[in-house]
Amino acid sequence: MSIALQTATAVLLVAAILAATHVPLGAWMHRVFTDERDWRVERVVYRLVGVDPRTEQRWQGYAGSVLAFAVASVALLFLLILGQGLLPWDLGRSMHWDTALNTAVSFTTNTNWQSYSGESGAGHAVQMLGLTVQNFVSAATGIAVAVALLRGLARRHSDRLGNFWVDLTRATVRILLPIAAVAAVLLLLGGVIQNLASPHSIETLTGVQQTIQGGPVASQEAIKELGTNGGGFFNANSAHPFENPGPWTNLLEIVLILLIPFALPYTYGLMVGDRRQGAVAVGVIGTLLIGSIALATWAEAHAAAGPLASMEGKEQRFGIVWSSLFASVTTGTSTGAVNSMHDSYSALGGGVPLVNMLLGELSPGGVGTGLYSYLVVVVLAVFIAGLMVGRTPELLGKTVGRTEITSAALVTLTMPALVLLGTGLSVVLPTALDARANDGPHGLSELMYAVASASNNNGSAFAGLSADQPYLNLLLAFCMFAGRFVPIVLVLRLAGSLAAQGRRPVTAGTMPTHTPLFTTLVVGTVIVVAGLTFFPSLALGPIAEALS
Amino acid sequence: MTTSLARTAWQNLPAAFAKLDPRHLWHTPVIMVVWVGSVLTTVLSVLDPSVFSIAVTVWLWATVLFANLAEAVAEGRGKAQADTLRRTRTETVARRLREDGTVEEVPGTALLLGDRVVVEAGQVIPGDGDVVEGVATVDESAITGESAPVIRESGGDRCAVTGGTTVLSDRVVVRITSKPGETFIDRMIALVEGASRQKTPNEIALSILLTTLTIIFVLAVAAIQPMAVYSGQRLSLVVLVALLVCLIPTTIGALLSAIGIAGMDRLVQRNVLAMSGRAVEAAGDVSTLLLDKTGTITFGNRRASELVPVGGASRADLARTAYLSSLADETPEGRSIVEYTVEDGVDAVALGDVVALRRAGAEVVEFSATTRMSGVDLPDGTRVRKGAGSAVTAWVRENGGTVGGDLEMHVDAISGSGGTPLVVAEAAPGGAPTVVGVVHLKDVVKPGMRERFEQLRAMGIRTVMITGDNPLTAKAIAEEAGVDDYLAEATPEDKMALIKTEQSGGRLVAMTGDGTNDAPALAQADVGVAMNTGTSAAKEAGNMVDLDSDPTKLIDVVAIGKQLLITRGALTTFSIANDVAKYFAIIPAMFVGIFPGLQTLNVMGLSSPESAMLSAVIFNALVIVALIPLALKGVRYRALSAHAMLRRNLLVFGLGGVVVPFVGIKLIDLIVSLVPGL
Repeated sequence: MSIALQTATAVLLVAAILAATHVPLGAWMHRVFTDERDWRVERVVYRLVGVDPRTEQRWQGYAGSVLAFAVASVALLFLLILGQGLLPWDLGRSMHWDTALNTAVSFTTNTNWQSYSGESGAGHAVQMLGLTVQNFVSAATGIAVAVALLRGLARRHSDRLGNFWVDLTRATVRILLPIAAVAAVLLLLGGVIQNLASPHSIETLTGVQQTIQGGPVASQEAIKELGTNGGGFFNANSAHPFENPGPWTNLLEIVLILLIPFALPYTYGLMVGDRRQGAVAVGVIGTLLIGSIALATWAEAHAAAGPLASMEGKEQRFGIVWSSLFASVTTGTSTGAVNSMHDSYSALGGGVPLVNMLLGELSPGGVGTGLYSYLVVVVLAVFIAGLMVGRTPELLGKTVGRTEITSAALVTLTMPALVLLGTGLSVVLPTALDARANDGPHGLSELMYAVASASNNNGSAFAGLSADQPYLNLLLAFCMFAGRFVPIVLVLRLAGSLAAQGRRPVTAGTMPTHTPLFTTLVVGTVIVVAGLTFFPSLALGPIAEALS
Repeated sequence: MTTSLARTAWQNLPAAFAKLDPRHLWHTPVIMVVWVGSVLTTVLSVLDPSVFSIAVTVWLWATVLFANLAEAVAEGRGKAQADTLRRTRTETVARRLREDGTVEEVPGTALLLGDRVVVEAGQVIPGDGDVVEGVATVDESAITGESAPVIRESGGDRCAVTGGTTVLSDRVVVRITSKPGETFIDRMIALVEGASRQKTPNEIALSILLTTLTIIFVLAVAAIQPMAVYSGQRLSLVVLVALLVCLIPTTIGALLSAIGIAGMDRLVQRNVLAMSGRAVEAAGDVSTLLLDKTGTITFGNRRASELVPVGGASRADLARTAYLSSLADETPEGRSIVEYTVEDGVDAVALGDVVALRRAGAEVVEFSATTRMSGVDLPDGTRVRKGAGSAVTAWVRENGGTVGGDLEMHVDAISGSGGTPLVVAEAAPGGAPTVVGVVHLKDVVKPGMRERFEQLRAMGIRTVMITGDNPLTAKAIAEEAGVDDYLAEATPEDKMALIKTEQSGGRLVAMTGDGTNDAPALAQADVGVAMNTGTSAAKEAGNMVDLDSDPTKLIDVVAIGKQLLITRGALTTFSIANDVAKYFAIIPAMFVGIFPGLQTLNVMGLSSPESAMLSAVIFNALVIVALIPLALKGVRYRALSAHAMLRRNLLVFGLGGVVVPFVGIKLIDLIVSLVPGL
């Protein structure tokens, strides 16, 4: 079977599964966030934290809660990591304070950039009590913010966006936990390990000493993919056979990554009472994702002569197609898990994951974050194109005026500012240059990839870069925090101003936002905005490398 | 058009130079960045001159200058109009009435709110106000350009007069309603000059987006230098400035204010004064138009539209008798019957007019409100009458005639359709009168209205007809005109309630009005166009004034509002789409020294790195000049659905914006490459 056919089959397989889950999961999430009743377990949580679940918040209150929760999470996780020696199952592992801070920020921001290696940095207690907990709640936070924005679009003349604590709890209890539980069992069946064992050494057949790791992997693996977190239990991440033993677990992990990002558009359609809007969202993110898969696979397949030539950095059990597919999916969502080493990809093939991130993590993006990033681009597209039909631009009957465009523009500005300034600063600092594994344009790609990965809360590593050093730990921690919470605050501001508006009726003079033309327009906007921003930098990195 | 524009541009060149002042440019951040870049490259060219750096510097200054020129030209057009207005605002002497009724002479500028002044034939009205006493003909050509005098009288809806206009006959007392320096003409001058121009909400939103894009590009360019240094080559600052200027949205940044000024100007050219740019923008968003029936949709008078013969009379008989009986009816209805029957083939010459009939000895019965009949008794004894059904049937019966059963049927049918039936009867010499037929009078819809409403519907605008008529008549006219809805027996309160209902549903409402009782509704409406003939209260309440007092123009106002927004969107799209080609020109040129492989990206085959960069800069500057006419004239607007319009404009300005610079830069490069030293 030719590579193209294999890729098409793989994409169709994944698409068929997602097509089946899209509607029921999307509808379920809609019910979760519009339900008037609380589950008993949720009521216990509300009583414990002292929240009245019926009180809704203004956008400022919602944003304040998100930030407070994030800061508290970072602080607790930071202390937990530093104090892990006092806990059971620490296996004698520890981190430097800057690594610990980087890790705390990383997991709280759903980035899961790992400057530590799982085998040496985090004991079982930290993995379970700290990292896995954050895997759940950081994903739930993303969903909550997206839902708040959807409420902003759906409501009229309202100053309320819902209650963050309720949304957070419901996303965790009703969406993430049940799916993750099922997924963990499926992964176990697929051969992923789940124990509290300490590492033990064995002697292999060839007489070499090898350390075999144990740990509660399956439970973390499930939410790692489902919550588009991506932080591996082991350093090798999903390339490790205990995390991802074979083709079936690989397929399952890809589906888990895409499950919620592809179902949320359906929720969006139901929330705003127009399912076609959700279809457009699926069209846009699907087009971008399939485009990147095609490009990455093509680049890898044609990188060098011979069928095995570009197998460097890839696992035999996945091959070019399933590695490239995984790479596109993990960077198109803000997951950042890897089942192959992106650094070993061809110049162009390695450029695809980088470009995926630079698009702003919306194809389809992380859970929740992808949807709100997408909607921000839609606001921009509606604004420019909407003028061209001779009306003050509007999205779903909401005028895109000064407040809305300011919020959307600043969201769009945040990530490029972090990536460009961070990369620009790093390429002239000797301490950062020392971290590179390569010189020349490939070395530039490594640095840019790291900053882009952090700023976009992706967390995938290009590999090659020795990121565990104070400068990069702190720079990337800053990028992760700012890259996550500056847009969140602005998105909630946008949601607030949208909710306060009434809704204009749809007439023949209203620009339709449910047509193939509009889908094309949004795809074009995503590509042009990212292209114009990063073309010069890419020209000196992957493009220069590919053309030399 | 082009030559006059070139002349205006030439005349405004000094103004464009004056605008190089950074304090002025501060309001357009995009151009300010170009200005800073120009200063920087000037310094660099002086320190280290080369053909390339000098050429780039010259063209960067040209970019700033062209941007200023666009604004100056737009303003220059307004200035010409302002000058004409100023000439009319000569120092006038006002004759103010004292409390005791005596008159004192004071300068016009000393008049205060509430003062009463006397103006007689030949005098200039010293300030805006309402006529409180008397009636006069007034020459308002100074502000409207219309030479026919208009009547202004106390009370009612035609009492407002404007300072600077001239009383032609009679004497009126005017109560001043404006403060000194805030008269209508003062405001008009300020408006057309653009002195009081403030950025509109949409313009501000677009500026924010453009500023953000500029910041992104500043960051992108700033990040290049360290990366280039890392890659082994320090780039010259001139090159970086050239790249930055090419990327930031200079085209739309340069033309944005010109588009706004030109939009206001287009309204002024149609004799509509918008009190704010916000109102013009709102006009583009309007989704409901409230149109007064009388004068807007219909001619306002009931006119003959059909002849219905009864009792065996022929249509020709009916036409002839209707003609004869209406000759003495000077009401508009009567005249319309005469016109209609003549068009219908009645031989007016053979039958003669009133004068000829009188001379021949006929006795003319003129129409009066009491008899509600008109007619004529011919010398041969033939008598014809026309009038209201009850009046004519009474006359027939009095004179011994009988009225057929089918008459009632026809009369009821016409009334039922919202029309007015007039009955025509004839008595042969010596004989008893018989009814010959019925003339159907109705409010005639202006030609072309149905098509206009269809266009509006295609644009997504709902039309509501407002009328004082009964629901039956209103319905008939509404159906004929093709409006979407109507409000019959409308009181000002009903109108207000309708506006509020529409607005609560998220619709923007536009309306016209002239009476004082329209004022609250005009103020409530998102776009309220007051007629210049209307009262001061109405003009004060509306956010636009139509100097021609033509309510139909509301539709044009909407089109101009839309055109303004479309032009902005189209040029923004064009400006951003242009960047794609510029990248392909500049990026390979910048880095080909470090990575020869990047030459592959030089898809245009530009001759050298320097000429490539310079060509992009030149294109960037020239495209501003090339688009000034479009910015001033506005993108051609047609009544299309939003979907069709989006597709068309995306194709023209989006795709066109990608393609045009590839061609343009290549052509410029062919010329530039001939310059030695590049």
